[in-house]
Formats: sequence, structure tokens, C-alpha cells
Amino acid sequence: MSRFTGSFGFWVLQRIVGSVLLLVVLCSAVFWVVRLAPGDPLDQVTGEGMTAADRALVRERLGLDAPVGRQYLHWLAGVAHGDWGVSLSQHRPVADILAEAVPSTLLLTLSAYALHLVLALLAAVAMAAWRGTVRARLLNVAGLVLYSLPSFWFGLMAILVLGLHTGWFPLGGMRSPDAAFMGPWASLLDVLRHLVLPVAVLALGSFMGTARFLRASLEEALGQDYILAARARGVPERLILWRHALRNALLPLVTQVGLYLPFLLGGAVVVEVVFAWPGMGRVTVDAIWSRDYPLIMATTALAAVMVVTGSLVADIGYHFLDPRVRLAGRREGA
Amino acid sequence: MRGIRTRDPLLTAGLVICLLLAVTALLAPWLAPDDPGRMGGPRLAPPGPEHVLGTDVLGRDVLSRLIHGARVSLLIGWLSVLTAAFLGAGVGLAAGLGSRKADRTLMALTDAFMAFPRIFLVLLLVSVARASVGHVVVVLGLSGWMPVARLVRAEALSLKQRSFVAAARGLGLSPWRVARVHVLPNLLPTLIVAAALRVGGAILAESFLSFLGLGVQDPTVSWGLMIQQGRDHLLDGWWLATFPGLAITLTVVGYNLLGDGLRARFDPRREDGHD
Repeated sequence: MSRFTGSFGFWVLQRIVGSVLLLVVLCSAVFWVVRLAPGDPLDQVTGEGMTAADRALVRERLGLDAPVGRQYLHWLAGVAHGDWGVSLSQHRPVADILAEAVPSTLLLTLSAYALHLVLALLAAVAMAAWRGTVRARLLNVAGLVLYSLPSFWFGLMAILVLGLHTGWFPLGGMRSPDAAFMGPWASLLDVLRHLVLPVAVLALGSFMGTARFLRASLEEALGQDYILAARARGVPERLILWRHALRNALLPLVTQVGLYLPFLLGGAVVVEVVFAWPGMGRVTVDAIWSRDYPLIMATTALAAVMVVTGSLVADIGYHFLDPRVRLAGRREGA
Repeated sequence: MRGIRTRDPLLTAGLVICLLLAVTALLAPWLAPDDPGRMGGPRLAPPGPEHVLGTDVLGRDVLSRLIHGARVSLLIGWLSVLTAAFLGAGVGLAAGLGSRKADRTLMALTDAFMAFPRIFLVLLLVSVARASVGHVVVVLGLSGWMPVARLVRAEALSLKQRSFVAAARGLGLSPWRVARVHVLPNLLPTLIVAAALRVGGAILAESFLSFLGLGVQDPTVSWGLMIQQGRDHLLDGWWLATFPGLAITLTVVGYNLLGDGLRARFDPRREDGHD
């Protein structure tokens, strides 16, 4: 093998090419699932009582008169350079709709993931510190119950108790109706207030998966020789847990970030619907109701793009963080 | 099963919950105090002696609807998981026991399917298939087979190295027979655990679809649908959305405890890893 094919750079190149191929496959799958479904796609757009001439006009306007193969290539090419077609229900470019929805979804999911990580970290350290005690078991069961809650119902109950009854939090949406008249600080505070409940629901319902993963790697780290050495030196147990063990236990978590993206995006769909959050999930569900196929195809494909890109970045990032994996990857790539 | 007698209280709790729910679902017509579709009672009556969990907007008894809803939720949960397990076992066995080329192709396919957030895959499929119990089962099955395929492939690959499988292959038995007689029976514990762990997720997915109005439709009772119907009456009928949600939570907790406990029994090495 030449030096190049064994190098880290080559491995990264391989991963990037693989991801692009995967995306082509996924986007094709989206197109064909929708197109191979029984029924004329035109029926979903046109009402009854349309003349044949009108139908033909609409068909031409939507580009549905071309052979399916050409439509497919046209769609793929459009996806590649950001032209996602025109929404049938909102009568404007899909790209514009996505440009509004994606930042909202990112705000929601990233805030939720931050809280998710904090909760997972605290729970994992607590479970490791209390190992074998009743408290650890209780925490474990409580986490499992939270993990099993249907998040749409959890959200509704949060709205019922913390929104409707106490009036502490808004019932939904991302901004108050009068947000346009607020100053920048008040407007920021307004968004934050709207963010609290959906973020809490999303994070509380999901952190236990990560907490268990972290606890396992924490307990593995606690069994290592350097921990024994630290104990022998008389390092306080608290310091051993938080400083020595946690630092090594956190590294495998980076691999989880990539794996976790689909769950995060999926969870956001549910929460967005319940809290009327103007993000991708809500757009998708609305698009299904209005049979807006260009929009459905676009959000699904975009979700795939986000997941594939995210796991690629996490994968490469992990190789930068952990030299051991970098070397192993190089050997594997050779 | 030999491994069921246990000291693990969580596994026991999960087992009890799952059994109780199964009995409730089976005996629903005899257990329910009323017909779930009969609009006999007063409208929006709060929980009381007459109607233990109250009535809905149409005067239907909530407890009876809850009991009948267990049937739909469990049926869809189990059927969709069986579909997923069947598909996953097929793909996994073919990949693990087949040629290297077949392995690579099938695993690339599995990875591709897994790259979608499941809910987007479900929504995409639902958008082309109109709502019904059968469609929900197919959609959830088609969107859930990938982790099973990976698991089965890994197990099949390691079984392939074992001498009894090598002997069977060496004797010239057909690949189909090797897979069916020698590999599959050894995979069953893994498959059962994987299935038990997935029922909870399938029930959650079904309830969300029905909540969106994209799953089970009205004359049929489903917990997700009941929550949707209670959504507009959070203030004047809190019980409508509250109790079905508790029922879903209890069911999912039961199956998660069962799955966790079984996994700890059959495979103590793998503590966790959410998939």
C-alpha cells in the first residue's frame, strides 16, 4: 500500500465519498417511495370538476408530464443545488419554507441536547457513586419511567399543568403575538420562555439512554489501574469520580453524538407538533395533511442529509480527539 | 422458559405488568363495564362512582374505551415487531451466512435505512399509505427491521465460526437448511430479547401516529386517538387525555423492564446501548 492510501486524509476522503453516495441512495429512495405509490400524483393536487385541459396544464406546470426517469434526475439535481421545488399547499419555494423551519428546529434540538447531556452526566455520576444502594435503583427506575413516557402526552400534561393552570409558561409557538413590538432583549427572553417546556420535555424524556451508556463507561474507567493508583495516593473519592474517571468515560460519548442525531430530530417532530413549534417536524406533518408531496420529500431528504452529515462530522471529530482510534483507523484503511 | 425464575424484582415487575395487560386485552369485552362505542352516559362527566374514569364528549365510558384500547395497542405493537423481526432475521441471516458481496450489499442497505430518523421514515410511508390498522403494522415493521438485521448478522457471523455449523456446511447441506436448522434456533433467545425490547417503542410510535390522526381511525379505539380527542378538552375534561397517557406509559414501562431484564439474563455483557 502506498503511503497515501494508508493515511488519515485518505480515510476522511473515503468517509466523505461514502456519505455522498449514501445520500444519493437515500434521496432516490424518498423519490421512488412517493412516486411508486399507487395513484396519480396529480389527484392529490387537483380537485374534482377540473376539465381535462386544466389537468393537463397543471401536470405540465408541475413537471409531471416528463418521463419518470427524467423527473427523478431533475429532482436529484435540484436537491443537489438547493432547488427543492415549489410547495403545493403554500405556493412558494420549498427552500424558503425550509430556511424558516430549520433554524427553529436546530434551536430546539440543540438546546434540548445540551440539557440532555447535563442531566445524563449528573445521573450517570450519581448512579456510579451510589452503586449498589437503594438510591441508585430508584434513580434507575425513575429514569426508565421518564424514558417510557410518550413525549407528546408528556408535553400535553406539561401544557395542562404548567401552562393552562398556573400560566407560568406559554401554551405553544416560538414567539408571543406581540413579539414584533418588543426590544431585542425582551424578544430574546420571549423566545427563551417559549423554549422552556419543549426543551424540558425533550431532554427529560431521553437523557436516560445516554446516562446508562455513560454509567457503563464510567464504571469501566473506575476499574482501571490509574484509579487504584490515585486512591492509593489518597486522592479524595469525589475528585477521582469527577476528574479522573469522568474524563476518560466522556470520550466514548462522542461516538454517541452521531448515533443520537436521528433520535433528536425524531423527538423534535413529536414535540414540535404538540407545542406548535414552527420547525421541520411540524412542517412535515402539516405537509402530510395537505398532501404536499414536494414538501414531504424535501423535509425527509433534509432529515437524512442532517443525520448523515452529523455522523460524518462526529466520526471525524472523534478521530481528532482520540489518537488511539486515529492510528487504528489508519491501519484499517491501509 | 428456564430463565424466568429470578431474583430480579424489576424483571418480575415487568413480567407482571405485561401479563396483566395481555389478560386485559384478551378479556376486554368481559372486563369493560360498558360498550366502548355506546354514547349512553352524560357528556364530559368527571370520574365518579357512575363512570370510574369519566366520560368523553360523546358520553362514552372512558374506562371501557381504555380497556378496549389495550387490544389495539398490543396487537399493533406485537404484529409490527414480529414483522420487523421477520424481515430483520431474513436480511441478517442472508448477510451473515451469504457471500461477502451479499453481506456488503445488505449491510449497506441496512445502514441506509438507519440513516433516516425513524419518525421521518414512518411519516414518509404513512403519507403514501392511508390510515388503517394493517397499514400501521406494515409501516412500523418496514421502519423497524434494521437493528434486528444488524444483531442477527453479528450473531450469525460468530455462529458460522463454530464447529457444528462448519460441519453442517462441510456435509454439503443447503445454505437454507443450515440457516433454518443450525443457526436460527441458536439465535432465538437473542431474537426474543430484541423483540421484547422493541414492543414498547412500537406502541409509542403507534400512539403518536394515532394522535396525529394518521394511524387508527375513530370507530376503532386506540390510546393515541383518545389522547388526540382529549387534546381540545384539557381544561374541561382533563381525564380524557390523562388516563390513556398513563396506560401507554405503564405498558411501555412494562415492556422496557421485561426487555431490560431478559437482556441482562441472556447477555450480561452488554449493559446497554440504545438502538
